[in-house]
Amino acid sequence: MSTKTLATQRSAMGIPTGRLAIWWVLVSEVVIFGGILVSYVMHRLGHPEWAEEASHTNTWIGAFNTLVLLSSSLSAVLGHKAAEQGNGPKAAKMLYLTCLGGLTFLIVKSFEWTSEIREGFTLQAGGFWSYYYTAAGLHAFHVMCGVVIMLFVAHTAKKNQELHRVENIGIYWHFVDIVWIFLFPLLYIAK
Amino acid sequence: MHAHAEAHGAHAAHGPHRNYVKIWAILTALLVVSVTGPMLGIRVVTLITAFGIALVKAYLVAKNFMHLDIEKAIVKWLLALALVIMVLLYTLVAPDVEKSKGQHWVKSQDFHYVSEAAKGKRHGHEQPEPKKETEHGSEHR
Repeated sequence: MSTKTLATQRSAMGIPTGRLAIWWVLVSEVVIFGGILVSYVMHRLGHPEWAEEASHTNTWIGAFNTLVLLSSSLSAVLGHKAAEQGNGPKAAKMLYLTCLGGLTFLIVKSFEWTSEIREGFTLQAGGFWSYYYTAAGLHAFHVMCGVVIMLFVAHTAKKNQELHRVENIGIYWHFVDIVWIFLFPLLYIAK
Repeated sequence: MHAHAEAHGAHAAHGPHRNYVKIWAILTALLVVSVTGPMLGIRVVTLITAFGIALVKAYLVAKNFMHLDIEKAIVKWLLALALVIMVLLYTLVAPDVEKSKGQHWVKSQDFHYVSEAAKGKRHGHEQPEPKKETEHGSEHR
């Protein structure tokens, strides 16, 4: 007897359960990241002197990582498209490419942070740096989680199984991309 | 539509045709503008190019990559609710954070802790020796 994943078959409110669950996760993520970003913005407006501290962040590194995440979003959505066409192996290939983007982002970030910490800009170096490491760190953690889950999804997609997961992990990845789209100007450009 | 796509309710397949590479190219072009715009050093231009374009980029990703435009209304309402909570947080807390004094309080100059390392960088000096721990722990505040 064959079994089918409940998230594929059941459709609460006209949305497959798996996708609805991802949206619920993202709604809670909006509140988490939104809280941090809004809190940062109000502190930043209250402390113009933070602009000087922000001037030590490297805009080019931030821009490069933005490009990496935007490109990884492209491969994620192309993976989704392939999954919709029933082409699991191609979808898996696209997801692996997306993972590569995520890993590139994390490697660049680790070099960036190492150089900043060596210069004395640690988590405790001031209000700006506390927010910088908290917001970017939480985001990097989400990138890490995304990569791990995506590898798992790609593994099953390669065998043409559970292709609905390709879309679900894609939605999550695009959200992570959107968070960075806002973090980039807040932490790297506003100086 | 493919049988598998049918099975997992592939909503994107029902939506408009999208050229994903073209959307990525637009996003990349917007990224270039958001980096180069603030280089002019004009505050208004910085605000528009950095933050205005961030909004446009986020919209493009949400609409075209997440397919939010063809998603069920309940999802849009949920996201809108989360955004309203963000705005509420800001409006209720911001006055206390952004103002330097209120009816019964004033923020002193050392209200916000800055490490010696950061102070040294601010004044263009070499990085000082790490702070020594006091009897009661670090000198933080």
